[in-house]
Amino acid sequence: MFQVRVHGRGGQGVVTAAELLSVAAFMEGRHAQAFPSFGSERTGAPVVAFCRLDDREIRLREPVTDPDTVIVQDATLLHQVAVFDGLRPDGYLLVNSARTWAELGLSGFAAGFTPSRAAVVPATQLALREIGRPVPNAALLGGFAALTGQVSIESVVAAIRERFAGAVADGNEAAARAAFDEVRAQSAVPANFGSSHGA
Amino acid sequence: MPVQPIKFYQSGSFVVGNRLLDPDQRSVQADPNRTNSLNSGHRACQGCGEALGARYALDAAMRATNNQLIAVNATGCLEVFSTPYPETSWQIPWLHSLFGNAPAVSTGVAAALKAKGRTDVRVVGQGGDGGTVDIGFACLSGMFERNDDVLYICYDNEAYMNTGVQRSGSTPPAATTMTTQAVGPEPGNRFGQGKNVPLIAMAHEIPYVATATVADLRDLEYKVRRAMEFRGARYLHVFVPCPLGWGTASCDTIRIARLAVHTGLFPVFEAEHGEVVDVTRIPRQVPVAEYLRPQRRYRHLFGASPRPDVVARIQQIADRNIRRFGLLAAEPAPTAQEAP
Amino acid sequence: MVLRQIEGSRGVAEAVARCRPEVICAYPISPQTHIVEALSAQVKSGALAPCEFVTVESEFAAMSVAIGASATGARAYTATASQGLLYMVEAIYNASGLGLPIVMTVANRAIGAPINIWNDHSDSMSQRDSGWVQLYAETNQEAVDLHVQAFRLAEEVSLPVMVCMDGFVLTHAVERIDVPEQEQVDAFLPAYQPRQLLDPAEPVSIGAMVGPEAFTEVRYLAHARQMQALELIPRVAADFERVFGRSSGGLVRPYRTQDAETVVVALGSVLGTLKDTVDELRDQGHRIGVLGIISFRPFPLADVRAAVGQAARVVVLERALAVGIGGIVTSNVRMALSGNGTRDYTVIAGLGGRAITRASLREMLLAAEADRLEPLTFLDLNRPLVERELARAGERRMSGPAAENMLRDAGPATPWIG
Repeated sequence: MFQVRVHGRGGQGVVTAAELLSVAAFMEGRHAQAFPSFGSERTGAPVVAFCRLDDREIRLREPVTDPDTVIVQDATLLHQVAVFDGLRPDGYLLVNSARTWAELGLSGFAAGFTPSRAAVVPATQLALREIGRPVPNAALLGGFAALTGQVSIESVVAAIRERFAGAVADGNEAAARAAFDEVRAQSAVPANFGSSHGA
Repeated sequence: MPVQPIKFYQSGSFVVGNRLLDPDQRSVQADPNRTNSLNSGHRACQGCGEALGARYALDAAMRATNNQLIAVNATGCLEVFSTPYPETSWQIPWLHSLFGNAPAVSTGVAAALKAKGRTDVRVVGQGGDGGTVDIGFACLSGMFERNDDVLYICYDNEAYMNTGVQRSGSTPPAATTMTTQAVGPEPGNRFGQGKNVPLIAMAHEIPYVATATVADLRDLEYKVRRAMEFRGARYLHVFVPCPLGWGTASCDTIRIARLAVHTGLFPVFEAEHGEVVDVTRIPRQVPVAEYLRPQRRYRHLFGASPRPDVVARIQQIADRNIRRFGLLAAEPAPTAQEAP
Repeated sequence: MVLRQIEGSRGVAEAVARCRPEVICAYPISPQTHIVEALSAQVKSGALAPCEFVTVESEFAAMSVAIGASATGARAYTATASQGLLYMVEAIYNASGLGLPIVMTVANRAIGAPINIWNDHSDSMSQRDSGWVQLYAETNQEAVDLHVQAFRLAEEVSLPVMVCMDGFVLTHAVERIDVPEQEQVDAFLPAYQPRQLLDPAEPVSIGAMVGPEAFTEVRYLAHARQMQALELIPRVAADFERVFGRSSGGLVRPYRTQDAETVVVALGSVLGTLKDTVDELRDQGHRIGVLGIISFRPFPLADVRAAVGQAARVVVLERALAVGIGGIVTSNVRMALSGNGTRDYTVIAGLGGRAITRASLREMLLAAEADRLEPLTFLDLNRPLVERELARAGERRMSGPAAENMLRDAGPATPWIG
């Protein structure tokens, strides 16, 4: 079983991200379970969603406390919410930001990860460019596909296309593909966690 | 449709079908083939205004709908006296669910009929004042607001009679009930309370709102018939004296109801889409004391230590109603149902 | 077979839609909303015609509209949760007393005060004696399937049926669902043939007053009908399997109970986590099994007794609390095991949305196996928090609102737990 936890803020499509990821996995014939952190959170409040992927039926209903991947949709949460709780050093970490690990104050922390398993991707910028709205979830799913290989980018795109139509679908697909390429390029070269190790 | 106004010159006889009239102008009750929706043999008290009102209203509704009618009943006297197990007085399909939900149950019936394409079958919801103005009020307002195709009839006897005469939101000022006793500095029910549900119904802008009394049963029949000409939510508020609860002689039910109208305490009117379109004029305004005195619930206002001050306050209410609804006839005339 | 990756609420809405409801009425309350929103859209688009969707002013009205519609021969559906269920209680009893086959989803949620929107079973458990059939779904697939079975069951025995599914945990979870196809549902669920009907052609009085001379008999018949349902539920499930090709519903579902020394009894979505936990323990040689109860009303006494078999102990995992005594399900299980000599433990877990984790279950089950468990255990209870409040209340008369005090003591919550 592969477990994903998505952190973000209300209005950023956090729950949709987990759902789309589950749909992408479903399209590949896998079992997937997506669910939100249950609450009455308003726009802007920290929210969490979870996704489990497996080749057999998923019976487990507890929240994901030991994720294989953490996706952070909003970098302002990094120092507010325990987003990394339970994430092992061999897990995957994907952060939405136009900054470097060092600029995020995380170079020391990120250096503890397998270099090819930690990536920063400017998903909001990609979303603004491709969709015209700062909704980073589709782009991050593209990045997730590149980072983990748990789902193919084509499945991510298919899930997006099942959910959205027209220009919104086109924009989200473009953002997802751009993020996929960006993360794949990052993984191809040794990760630069920056020279500053002050976090 | 042009209609010849029917005038009754037999003063004091408002209930009969006049055999001198054309058959189509006679009352529903004058028809030997009336449905007897609420059949004889039920267990209402002698002189029960509600039983009389319900019988006329439902037979009129049956006539108006070509006998395609379903009735929903709130808990209360009408329900209890009509269906003591294993008997029933109802000759029409009839459903009793709870005290506070008759309007919503009626909505459910109407929704089912609509889904089944049986829009020829119409729905009447009915209850007393407690089930209507108090515990059923949220459901009533919801039914109005959605404009569900239901005629809701409230038989108002101004207190919870089924449970032994306790105050309701329809109990008038100064009236004694078992929870507004004639004791203390302000005996009886307090002034400045209660609600006027016909006016509240009008505020929902529903197609039809009317008031009626058992003193003018032809008018009651007319208003039921008129209500059935509309689709959507309709409300009929019928004033029904209760000999037990009011302490009146059972032979005086009609007289008391007529006095309520003639004093101005119970305005009889019709409204369509939130506007009053007709009022029943009062031939001669009667002082409220004449209405109050025969009722034991107002006994504390008369007798050894009378309260003319309280009677005067009640008179003010009647006077205001007369001004507000324009109840006084321009010239003396027999009580007549002016067809619209 | 149409597999779809959709939200549980959406799946239930699809299933209800395929049951060809004629009147749907609902008042919004979390976590029921997604179900009725999806149904509203279908009715509004005309896809469900002829079907009326009534947006009522309260849950009391929702159940009342369902009563009127059902008595008029329409297939009626509503959904609610928590406070909403309590607000309609008078009408709930009325619907079952009148024998009207209404189907209602309960998206299980806690009851306040303190107000809490998260999952537990306090709401539906409070209605266990309302005369409704109560079925509890383990998964979203089962929630979907139970709705189709519920209409069939309700209409056959003329009793209302509550389908209980864990709020948020199931209603808001997106997972694989085999959505029943229209032809399958039509083959399984015949048109509604009411036992009693408001019909001008054949007028009847429904809802007459009944006095002491026959009230006991009326209530006896209500019980007899539930006993009929007890026999019917497995038959409906078997029929369902024949038409749809998958097993769903029934009275109970044993899992690895053969040769088990310890059997954990539970209802609803926690069964999945329990099974994963039990698999781990089995791998390590522990003889533990799980018994899922699907039909809580009628309660399958004989099936529970048979499934528990020769186990030395049962652990009843309850998502509700009978304040002042402990377990609700436990009392029922104990009745089933009467005279067996089986030790029983009540474990209150997952109240108000607290996550029930494998780690906690494992620890609790090991303690139970060693008979080290208290007869009444509150899983993951923060005892210091409770003790501080008890101390505070003991020290001062005006100790303030307990819930708010404890929230302050607990400090900021980990935002993603529960």
